[in-house]
Amino acid sequence: MNTPTDTRSDSLLWQAQAFIWAEADMLDHRDYEAWLALWSDDGFYTLPIGDTQDFDDALNLCHDDAHMRRERITRFQQGFSISSAPPARTVRTLSRFVIESVDGDDVRVRCAEHLIEDKFGRQRIWAADLTYTLIVTPGGFKIRHKVARLLNSDGMLNSFSYLF
Amino acid sequence: MTIDNRIDLVPEPDELVFKDHIRTPMYDDSALFDAEMERIFKKTWVWVAHESEIPDKGSFKLSQVGRDPVIVVRDRKGKIHVMINRCRHRAATVCEVKQGKTASFQCPYHGWGYALDGSLRALPYPEQYGDDFDKAQHGLLKLRTEAYAGMIFATFDEQAEPLLDFLGPVTHWIDLFMKQGAGYPVKVLGEHQFSVPMNWKIQLENTTDAYHFPVVHKSFLQSLDDETEAVFSFLEQGKGYVEDLGNGHSVMVMIPELVDLEENLDAPIPERFQTLAQELRDEGHDEAQVRRIVRAVGGAGFNLNLFPNVSFSLAFFRVLTPVSVDHTDIRHIAIGMDGGPDAANRARLRLHEHFQGPMGFGSPDDAEVWERIQRGIQGGAELPILINRGLEDEQPGEAGPRGHISAETGMRAAYDMWKRMMQA
Ligand code: FES
Ligand SMILES: [Fe+2]
Repeated sequence: MNTPTDTRSDSLLWQAQAFIWAEADMLDHRDYEAWLALWSDDGFYTLPIGDTQDFDDALNLCHDDAHMRRERITRFQQGFSISSAPPARTVRTLSRFVIESVDGDDVRVRCAEHLIEDKFGRQRIWAADLTYTLIVTPGGFKIRHKVARLLNSDGMLNSFSYLF
Repeated sequence: MTIDNRIDLVPEPDELVFKDHIRTPMYDDSALFDAEMERIFKKTWVWVAHESEIPDKGSFKLSQVGRDPVIVVRDRKGKIHVMINRCRHRAATVCEVKQGKTASFQCPYHGWGYALDGSLRALPYPEQYGDDFDKAQHGLLKLRTEAYAGMIFATFDEQAEPLLDFLGPVTHWIDLFMKQGAGYPVKVLGEHQFSVPMNWKIQLENTTDAYHFPVVHKSFLQSLDDETEAVFSFLEQGKGYVEDLGNGHSVMVMIPELVDLEENLDAPIPERFQTLAQELRDEGHDEAQVRRIVRAVGGAGFNLNLFPNVSFSLAFFRVLTPVSVDHTDIRHIAIGMDGGPDAANRARLRLHEHFQGPMGFGSPDDAEVWERIQRGIQGGAELPILINRGLEDEQPGEAGPRGHISAETGMRAAYDMWKRMMQA
């Protein structure tokens, strides 16, 4: 267990940050094939509602296994979904990175995300807490679980044509 | 004075709604919107909650009747009350928790305390009000409340007809819809909420609009296996219909084989539910029960559209709340089996997430086209908005006119009622 102020974890923190920033860059640039390749096959991408931790038994905004992630990306790419052809454009900033825990090859990292979307000449702003479970593999990190908890996840939202 | 002036500005309902088209101000006239809030949402039965959302004594939930924020609460005797969330002293909200359990409601400003039935129970330092102050006259403002099959409705109008009369033939369809509990009570499992920059009637129309499905939801259809895609290709198959059920309500039957979930139980279990069926068998459910649950998990084969704010749509409740003339809040409420197998409820949750809500494979595309209507009417204000599809071969049905699955019969039903209420 590393504490956020433990300077010995600097290199791990830096590596995790670099990985998550690279992922954020892929999402803003809609480089979705590269994004899919970041995942471990057993991984879940979850946008929960409220403060639930039991994602399987709760209603989420999305709770994607590998199959659903692939389907979601196909939907974005094929051009039949009017909301994603074209999608809103996004610019996001990730900050306030903390290594929550290190357990064998599992690294839990959390950070803050601010995202601004633009479509139809109007901009919307969103904030989310991101929590990652990354696994260390010989080829670098893979994502085993990513939880993007919107600040107002249990409030009135709008529809999303991109990923958090 | 001002109020009279505003009423003068409201366009005449019969210059806006015709048999085969409606006029542009229907979606963007703010004086008309204010009139709708008075003449429709203050007059008719408006859906506020499902009983499973307030299961115990003291359970409550915040909701809306038109623009009025209300508290839906179950009192100590189990009776359900719907009351305006506004303190009778100087108007502060008495509750800002969306859902929960309480023994009473206390206003945060000067501490007036209200019982679960809305009655004013106590107030600090009452002496300054004198002897003729009557606590009984200062309870929270209550609405008339009635329920059918767990669906709670409220109205401001003491003269409104009983809920059962208002629903009429709809109750038969509600009974059919609730069969997706598979013998367990239907229970709310959660909700998706999103707001759309559109007039509320654009959403009201959509739940009876099968015509858009293969176009707007093509990307959803493509994400399904072939067997399921065939089930959802109801327009192509053309076996369904839309029927006017009176009072603005309508039903759109998309998949006739799934109208009664307790029939055809020996039909083969679809491929996509095989894993679930096996899980249920492994849990010890007998084959008849497995089939009943699996069939219920997929939802009913129809949309039941109620005027003005709720719809029973295949496997969920759709609720609309008008916010302003060009702004509407939508809730997609997921339902499941209260006390039913976890595996079945999990399957329902994943199905709901697949189509509904802000990240669904369906709703975002709906939201996009609805917004496109609100943007489209900025031009060509003199052009009609057509609702004539299927008038051609409409036949008398059991309750009212019945049209082709893709007919705009349901919209015509809703606009008949709209006109009736707006002219009253
Ligand atoms: S406003 Fe509620 S007690 Fe004064
Ligand atoms: Fe739709």
